[in-house]
Amino acid sequence: MRAAVIVFPGSNCDADAAWAWEQATGGPAVRIWHDTADLGGAEVAILPGGFAYGDYLRCGALCRFSPAMQAVVAAAGRGLPVLGICNGFQILCEAGLLPGVLGRNAHLRFVCTTATVRVDQPATAWTSACAPGQRLRLPIAHGEGRYWLAAEELAALRQRGGVVFRYCDASGEAAAEANPNGSLDQIAGVCNPEGNVVGLMPHPERAVDALLGGTDGRVLLQSVLRWSTRAHAGAAARG
Amino acid sequence: MERFLVAVEIHLKPAALDPQGQAVAAALRSLGHDGVRDVRVGKHLLLQLEAEDASAAEAEAEKMCASLLANPVMETHRIAVTAVRPARRRSRAPGPQAEPAR
Repeated sequence: MRAAVIVFPGSNCDADAAWAWEQATGGPAVRIWHDTADLGGAEVAILPGGFAYGDYLRCGALCRFSPAMQAVVAAAGRGLPVLGICNGFQILCEAGLLPGVLGRNAHLRFVCTTATVRVDQPATAWTSACAPGQRLRLPIAHGEGRYWLAAEELAALRQRGGVVFRYCDASGEAAAEANPNGSLDQIAGVCNPEGNVVGLMPHPERAVDALLGGTDGRVLLQSVLRWSTRAHAGAAARG
Repeated sequence: MERFLVAVEIHLKPAALDPQGQAVAAALRSLGHDGVRDVRVGKHLLLQLEAEDASAAEAEAEKMCASLLANPVMETHRIAVTAVRPARRRSRAPGPQAEPAR
C-alpha cells in the first residue's frame, strides 16, 4: 500500500514518516512536495511534523492553500485515510478537516518527552488494530499542542466519539497530571466523523523500532492496512 | 480606486486561555505594577488596500479574516478602515531665495 508523505517548506519529520511507513507496513512511501496536486496514486496520505511555512501567522494556517493540501482535502472527502502528526495535526485543524485548534502550551514551554496515550476510539483508519483503552508510549515534541475548542463543540465531539487519544497515566487514567500541555479534556488526538482522518500531537513515526526507544507507533500505521481491507471488502459487497 | 489603510486586530476569544498574556501579566506584577488584573496578547495587522470605497475595503478585509487572517475557532477580529490621502505636493518649492541668509 502506497503512502504519500506531504512535504511543506519547513516540514522536518517527512523522512522519518516515510521510513516508518516502510518499516511498519512494508509498503512504499513517496514524498510529495507541496506545490503539486498529484498524490502519485497513493492510497493513504501522511502530513508530517515540523514547522510548515515557518508557522507564520498561525501553525498550519498557510498550508491549506497549497496544491498538495487541496488534493489531500479533496481525497479525504472521498475517504482517503489521512494521518496528521504534530504539525500535521495543526494543519488538518486549520484546513477544516478536523475540529478544534492547537494553542500555545499552557506552561509556555516546548515539551520534548515520551507520553502515554490511551486509545479511546478504535473505529478509525489509524486505530482499527488497537484495543479499546490500549495504552501507547509515544514521543511528543511541541510548543503548541494544547487542543482547544468551544464547550458546545467539545460536547458534540465527545458525543460522536471523535476523541481518539487522551493523555493518561501508567494505569490508563486520563488524569490532569498526565496532561503535558494543558489540552482540553486531556485530548491528544481526534478524528473526523467518518474516521478516515486522524490527527494527533504524539509522534508514532518515532516509535517503530525497539532500537530507537519503542515500537508502540507501529500499530497506528498497520491499522490503516486493516481499515483499507475492510473498506474494499465493503465496496465489493456493495458493488 | 482609492487606497485605504486597513487595521485588523485579532484576539483570542474571552473563553480561550491566553498563557502568553498571563506570563506578561505576571512579569508586569513582578515589576511592581500591582494593579494589573489581566493581559491579553493579540495581533495587529496593517494592510494597504485599494478598493472602490471604504465599505468595499471593509468587506474585502472581512473575507480575508474569515479565510485566513483569523481562526474563528479561537479568535475574534476587529477591522478599522481609514482613507490614505495621497501625499500633498508642497505648494512652494524652496527656491534659491529661500536659502537662509548667512
